[in-house]
Amino acid sequence: MEIKVVKDILGANEQIAQKNRQLFDSNQVFVLNLMSSPGAGKTSLILQTIKQLKGKTRVSVVEGDISSSLDAEAIGKEGVPVVQINTGGECHLDANMTSTALGSVPLKDVDLLLIENVGNLVCPAEFALGEHKKVLISSTPEGDDKPFKYPLMFHEADVVLINKIDLLPYLKFDTDAFSQAIKGINQKVEIFPISCATGQGIEKWVSWLLGQMSQRQS
Amino acid sequence: MHELSITQSMLDLVLEQAEKAEAKSVGKINLVIGEMTGVVGDCVQFYFDFLSKGTSAEGAALSFKVIPTTAKCRNCGKPFELKEFDWTCPYCKSNNMEIVAGKELFVESIEVE
Repeated sequence: MEIKVVKDILGANEQIAQKNRQLFDSNQVFVLNLMSSPGAGKTSLILQTIKQLKGKTRVSVVEGDISSSLDAEAIGKEGVPVVQINTGGECHLDANMTSTALGSVPLKDVDLLLIENVGNLVCPAEFALGEHKKVLISSTPEGDDKPFKYPLMFHEADVVLINKIDLLPYLKFDTDAFSQAIKGINQKVEIFPISCATGQGIEKWVSWLLGQMSQRQS
Repeated sequence: MHELSITQSMLDLVLEQAEKAEAKSVGKINLVIGEMTGVVGDCVQFYFDFLSKGTSAEGAALSFKVIPTTAKCRNCGKPFELKEFDWTCPYCKSNNMEIVAGKELFVESIEVE
């Protein structure tokens, strides 16, 4: 006997993600899911963002790593609440892992929650966590062909940050072609060239962030 | 690597449906997978053989219907398959398009006894 199913395989994840989202909204927390390949600059971006928002916004961080707590320790030094998730081999965070971690996040005292996903350009694109926006960090040494290799990630991103632009003089990276390719398949995307090392472009990113947060409050 | 959690979710869904139908065993699972998801059929099969042991879906055949990444040109409106390194409309050369297929990831049907 054949039974018609037609159900999304990740439907269960989606349901938990929606519950997380309700929890964020009821606590008025703006949540970003930060994704990139390993070494593109997720932790550096978090550190820069915390620095820029000090005294203005109450930030908290959820750190996803396959193992170790090195990143969480670096962020903890900045005096913001940070919760570590070790996925124990899984290559991405999912809504359920996030939900468990949220028990340790002081949501009532937080305005902005940054969730650092596992460094990977494939798997995290599939799993919603309940975030308001997906932020993809793509760094110049990775090459300008990345959208073609990982189309889903670039299609899903609400923001693409082109990091390490201070290295552009040494690389063959065509920023215009890169941006054009992404915008061709993703009309909603905002693209900001930045350098977490020099601070270049960070102001525009932070002002986008603050704009999003004030839009939500009003 | 995401195939492990995807396969587990797929198996959970299949077992739930089989139980609802009061089926003794699942003979076949028909899956629809969009090319853009990067889900590899061989990996799903590998994890499935392992995860389904001792369940009513053990030994079930997996069938994969792969959906190519398809875009619709925002300029001329024609649909076309997205080529790997060339994201332009083959008809009008525009590079402004909407992805209309290729993100599918669902269980279409199961065959049970």
